[in-house]
Amino acid sequence: MSSDTNAFQRPAMGSGGKSTQDAWFQRALALAGASVLIILAAMLISTAMNAWPVFTHSGWSFITSSDWDPGISRTEITGSYGALSFILGTLITSTIALLIAVPLAIGCSLYLTQIARPSIGRPLAYAVDLLAAVPSVVYGLWGLLFFVPIFVRPMIKVIADTVGEAVPFLGSPVVTYNYATAGIVLAIMVLPIITAVTREVMLNTPIAEIQGAYALGSTRWEMIRAIVLPRARPGIIGATMLGLGRALGETVAVAMLIGGSQRMPTSLFQGGQSMAGVIAITFQEASPENVKALLGVGVVLFVITVLVNMAARLVIWATGGRVAGDAAV
Amino acid sequence: MTINHNGSAAGLAVEAKNMNVYYGSFRAVKDISLKIERNSITALIGPSGCGKSTVLRSFNRMNDLVPSARVEGEILFQGNNIYAENVDPVEVRRRIGMVFQKPNPFPKSIYENVAWGARINGFKGNMDELVEQSLHHAALWDEVKDKLDQSGLSLSGGQQQRLCIARTIAVKPEIILMDEPASALDPIATLRIEDLIRELKKEYTILIVTHNMQQAARASDYTAFFNMDSDRAGYLVEFSETDEIFTNPKHELTEQYITGRFG
Amino acid sequence: MTSTELNTSSESVVFSVADKGEMPGNYAARKRKNQIMEGILFLAILMALIPLALILFEVIRRGASAMNFEFLTSVQNISLIREGGGYLNGLFGTLYMVGIASLIAVPLGVATATYVVEYSNSKLVPFIQFFTDVMTGVPSIFVGLFVYTILVQGDSIFGGFSTLAGGLGLSLIMIPIIARASEEVIRLVPDDLRNAAYGLGARRWQVVMQIVLPTAASGLITASMLAVARAAGETAVLLLTALGAFKIVPELLGSPQAALPLIIFNEARGPFEPAHARAWAGALELMLLVLLLTLIARYIGRKTQV
Repeated sequence: MSSDTNAFQRPAMGSGGKSTQDAWFQRALALAGASVLIILAAMLISTAMNAWPVFTHSGWSFITSSDWDPGISRTEITGSYGALSFILGTLITSTIALLIAVPLAIGCSLYLTQIARPSIGRPLAYAVDLLAAVPSVVYGLWGLLFFVPIFVRPMIKVIADTVGEAVPFLGSPVVTYNYATAGIVLAIMVLPIITAVTREVMLNTPIAEIQGAYALGSTRWEMIRAIVLPRARPGIIGATMLGLGRALGETVAVAMLIGGSQRMPTSLFQGGQSMAGVIAITFQEASPENVKALLGVGVVLFVITVLVNMAARLVIWATGGRVAGDAAV
Repeated sequence: MTINHNGSAAGLAVEAKNMNVYYGSFRAVKDISLKIERNSITALIGPSGCGKSTVLRSFNRMNDLVPSARVEGEILFQGNNIYAENVDPVEVRRRIGMVFQKPNPFPKSIYENVAWGARINGFKGNMDELVEQSLHHAALWDEVKDKLDQSGLSLSGGQQQRLCIARTIAVKPEIILMDEPASALDPIATLRIEDLIRELKKEYTILIVTHNMQQAARASDYTAFFNMDSDRAGYLVEFSETDEIFTNPKHELTEQYITGRFG
Repeated sequence: MTSTELNTSSESVVFSVADKGEMPGNYAARKRKNQIMEGILFLAILMALIPLALILFEVIRRGASAMNFEFLTSVQNISLIREGGGYLNGLFGTLYMVGIASLIAVPLGVATATYVVEYSNSKLVPFIQFFTDVMTGVPSIFVGLFVYTILVQGDSIFGGFSTLAGGLGLSLIMIPIIARASEEVIRLVPDDLRNAAYGLGARRWQVVMQIVLPTAASGLITASMLAVARAAGETAVLLLTALGAFKIVPELLGSPQAALPLIIFNEARGPFEPAHARAWAGALELMLLVLLLTLIARYIGRKTQV
């Protein structure tokens, strides 16, 4: 090595680039990262701005009235826009879905993490994850032409004919496609995401506590009751909310199975419409003012789902981190 | 700075002056002053946790990559403080290379492993020649010359570490820092690395952290002994020629340590 | 366990013999309860898997019987009532739009993940992670509405339903999926490699672009393919952006585009048997496409791991 007069320059090597390159690189990546935030903000702003004339025209009745009678004006708002029946449709189908899916997901997760040997549990878990890979239009098709007419309708008929007389909202008449049919298929669709999160949380049960319970002579079920379930509760709550977010936003399968009628629900076995469903079904033929109203429905849907999702993620993050895997996205 | 190429004292390669290293509010290393001769091998020894690796990593600003780390004091490289405001840490690392404890070749071919560092440093000459030369210097050429396109990860641990040395010298640094370079290797591979280090001394100044007392005694010209004081900050106990440290230590702690009574 | 329970148990001769007098006497009952509960849990997994089996079985059965050479090679039949025709236009449109979407979403998603991992001390990072998670939950129909407002309803050359609008919509669905999955992959690159590169005097961008991302490449491809598989099955967003078309549409702009899920949606909703048969075949084709993409993704992920 020869001595240098200029300490930080060497003849052997040229310049390897300047430190400003790193600054630009970081800025570019930061911009890409921030794009997620920018896109979410742009989504809300752009749709809300377009829907604004309808919001100002309808006021609160947009979400408190069920009078939905689109006008045909290109420039003004002339119709009545009350989206309550769609909002209720979304809430009813989502509730049915969660009532079925959450207990099932807890059962599946317990079986997969606490009972099945890994050699059996892992492929079974993968199979449950596969439910998330089925496109929603395929759920819709399958529900429409196979599952509902062959399995669900006879079942519903029995319920309506027996307990339906006594219990409100479960009575006749029964139409083939209704809130319940959409909710049941929706349950199958949100099952994998709820299971994925619940499973992850249950896998993190401290082994020392499990062994402690066994050492006291617990049966496996007693151990689950005493250790696994209480520990998993926040995770299950987060998973349920995540599933709710998914159920609220699901579009085509619900649109195909909910029956597509515009009125206030009086029975679960009656046809209705959801927020996402009314957008999907009527958007293509909608007049300009109707488009604005449907954008308004979208804004309401977006706000609800994003709030539910944010709450879900906060709960899940608080239980110790994010959940990995394809089914959870 | 005066450089004496002919004299027995070749001049200073690098000097630490009153250096303190902090991780957050914790002072990991305190008041280190060290003068490293050119073309010498200096071993940094001491019990675990005494901050010798931290000291080593301060010499090429690798500690900058730890967000909470902060270095106070000066490290003079050819008269310039490498921690001065206007110094680019990347430039420092180009001049002062590093070999790590665990062999860490890139998941690229053997050839690319050696060529990459030179290429990003703007090397314009004959790359094939540089790769061959570097592998020769690292005593690896004969073992890999027929499989330069194979992955660096296909080599044995000892070969991987020599590949990492080849990769480092391909960038033509002036100083090479080695952080326990043989600790993950078997005894035979360790001896080969030590031979190599002695060979490299002809062209490079070497600082080596080691846990292995025999290694320090066998391979180094100078030895710096570090210890940890009561508030867990590392400090320099004694620094002198290796023979001196091992045969006639001035400090009682040093003697206790080299005779294996603590650490 | 209360002491009274223990006392009652010791009165039982059978149990005190079998359990050497120390075990609680309701052990048999507890064991039976355990068996029942384990049975119920097994039933839960069975109930989850039955729909999967039914879907796969039905799609394969009805799809295969309607699937033929003509279906695979011809474009859509305009009539829902008449037999014949296929979904080639839909397959073309799906691949076209998914391709466009990948061009947008893969670089953006991977860059987001890179920022989150490599610049993790930035104050922005927790927000990006959180809202990436939130963005995976944005309803696809709403993404469609958004693209409609910014692109489709305009009068510019970008206006109107088009391949680009559909691709943009799909990309917005893919970005958070790719970002999340890529983040996990990039995190797996050992710090040793980063340190080695820095030790050679590499700049940060060189470390990231030439060491970290190439090391993670196979995993990044897997992440992207999984997002592609998801996008290929998306319907709702396309209703408001691509609209649908009866022919093969090579144009990027100015003309509505077809997609497999869109055609299935339209043909399944009518009451006509010939359309239903085609919808089943289309569902089979779509699921095979998704399966193929998923398998390729997993194959690449396994094959080229370092």
